[in-house]
Amino acid sequence: MIWSKQETLSREEMESLQLERLKETVFRVYEKVAPYRRKMDEAGIRPEDIKSLADLKKLPFVTKQDLRDNYPFGLFAVPKDELLRIHASSGTTGKPTVVGYTKGDMDVWTECVSRIACAGGAKPTDVAQICFGYGMFTGALGLHYGLENIGATIVPSSTGNSEKQLMYMKDFETSLLVATPSYALRLAEVARELGIDPKTDLKVKIGLVGSELLTDAMRDEMHKYWGEDMLITSNYGMSELMGPGVSGECEHLCGMHINEDFFIPEIINPETGEVLPEGEWGELVITCIKKEALPLIRYRTRDITRLHYEPCACGRTTCRMENLSGRSDDMLKIRGVNVFPSQIEEVVLSVEGLGPHYEIVVERDGYSDKLTIRVELANATDSFKELEAIEKNIKNKLRVVLGLDAKIKLESPNTLARFEGKAKRVRDLRKG
Amino acid sequence: MTVKQLSVFIENRRGRLGEVLKVLKDNNVNILSMSLADTTEYGLLRLIVNNPEHGRDVLLDAGFSSMLTEVLIIKVPHVAGSLQRILTLIAENEIDIEYMYGLSVETTDASIVVKTNALDLACKVLKSSHIDTMTPEEIASL
Repeated sequence: MIWSKQETLSREEMESLQLERLKETVFRVYEKVAPYRRKMDEAGIRPEDIKSLADLKKLPFVTKQDLRDNYPFGLFAVPKDELLRIHASSGTTGKPTVVGYTKGDMDVWTECVSRIACAGGAKPTDVAQICFGYGMFTGALGLHYGLENIGATIVPSSTGNSEKQLMYMKDFETSLLVATPSYALRLAEVARELGIDPKTDLKVKIGLVGSELLTDAMRDEMHKYWGEDMLITSNYGMSELMGPGVSGECEHLCGMHINEDFFIPEIINPETGEVLPEGEWGELVITCIKKEALPLIRYRTRDITRLHYEPCACGRTTCRMENLSGRSDDMLKIRGVNVFPSQIEEVVLSVEGLGPHYEIVVERDGYSDKLTIRVELANATDSFKELEAIEKNIKNKLRVVLGLDAKIKLESPNTLARFEGKAKRVRDLRKG
Repeated sequence: MTVKQLSVFIENRRGRLGEVLKVLKDNNVNILSMSLADTTEYGLLRLIVNNPEHGRDVLLDAGFSSMLTEVLIIKVPHVAGSLQRILTLIAENEIDIEYMYGLSVETTDASIVVKTNALDLACKVLKSSHIDTMTPEEIASL
């Protein structure tokens, strides 16, 4: 089901709508947001210089640091009285980043999430269990209102207490699951411990996963436990931009459709800031063109992806962004090689005999870096030959994918930490 | 006749072996013999216990990677050359031994626990040469 006709506009219609909204946003931000006005003045750009979408690249970037520097409301374009809601990011390093919503912003947010939920197969008849933490995090409430808007029945179970989650799932006949991919796997694991087979004992047929990368290997792993017929789509967003609802996959799984009438995407070279042509990998930069409270212009997401503009078989004509290959923030430099944790995840999940959980440990060893991957054995064995074969297999695959030698640490099942929110699978113990 | 050995994967981490033994103790599983083979990172603990199924279940519940493996427990008379005679017989029949360790119980015979790549054949060969193996019932009653 396609929720809005805005998702099927022709390229010309979309671009003219985007230009109109971009111009309006730039004028408003220049007038209302002092820190951004200073940035534009320094760059020698006036709002009237934006005459076409191609002029977008003349505007200065906004980064997470700008949000921190202007904590809490310095980048807001409306007085605080007009806010209906405030959310904040976790702020693991330093101050959290604070975001706000007007009535208009809330409506747009709900609209955007309804679209991506429908693209992911949601229907008014679904019972949607939302296993994201409710609170300052945008994920849960974003999905909540978007799914409610299409008429689904919401089970706001939040995170934690997996046994109770599964009881609700069974007794309420939950058909749609909202969770991080790692929590979806954790739930399947707890289900089996309780003697519940998610494939036959539960009715979950749709998975809307987000807030964490969904690699193909992770999707395959989810299918293994939840059933081949489950439609598992990933969706994308971040609180700075709105929360979930920026983009989401449809049933063709060929990239996440961006709600382009609200967000203009660009791909840049993260080192030079130069805009890259269609189809090239780089950092995603998003300009919000219909936000009232916090209209960020050219926000650097730090996420690495690429864009495709050809219309999709589903009927949507919106630009698609590929599933993220990583965050430029998450990128590890090990012995001079750029490594994304997602590459390691692909390898771990492709090796027979291992569970889906892993931990990446990077240490300093003299003048070199030492990479250790901790993995869990899926099946018991009495044979060193088998254990050695597993180690050798994963080592060889890592060498091919990364060009690096890693030490493999096999562990008993259930040894590694499990996560209900975003998984933290990297421990970088190097100093500086 | 084969018996079931309890095999447990353990990481080389201080106190890990003790954790396995505590689970077995708490569940009243008695160890009759054991072997611990290790690499630098992990080891395989192999146990002959009085109740292997129960032992495996309680270890799995406690989060250990454990399983049952069929092995032979061959009685070896306390006479010089008897072990050599048995091993020669096994080798002559082109059976490979994967690992073995002793089982010490206070009887007139010694015993060895043997894992081979061809258990059925090994049983047959031993039987036709009148070499005794222990039964699960004998083990359970020790």
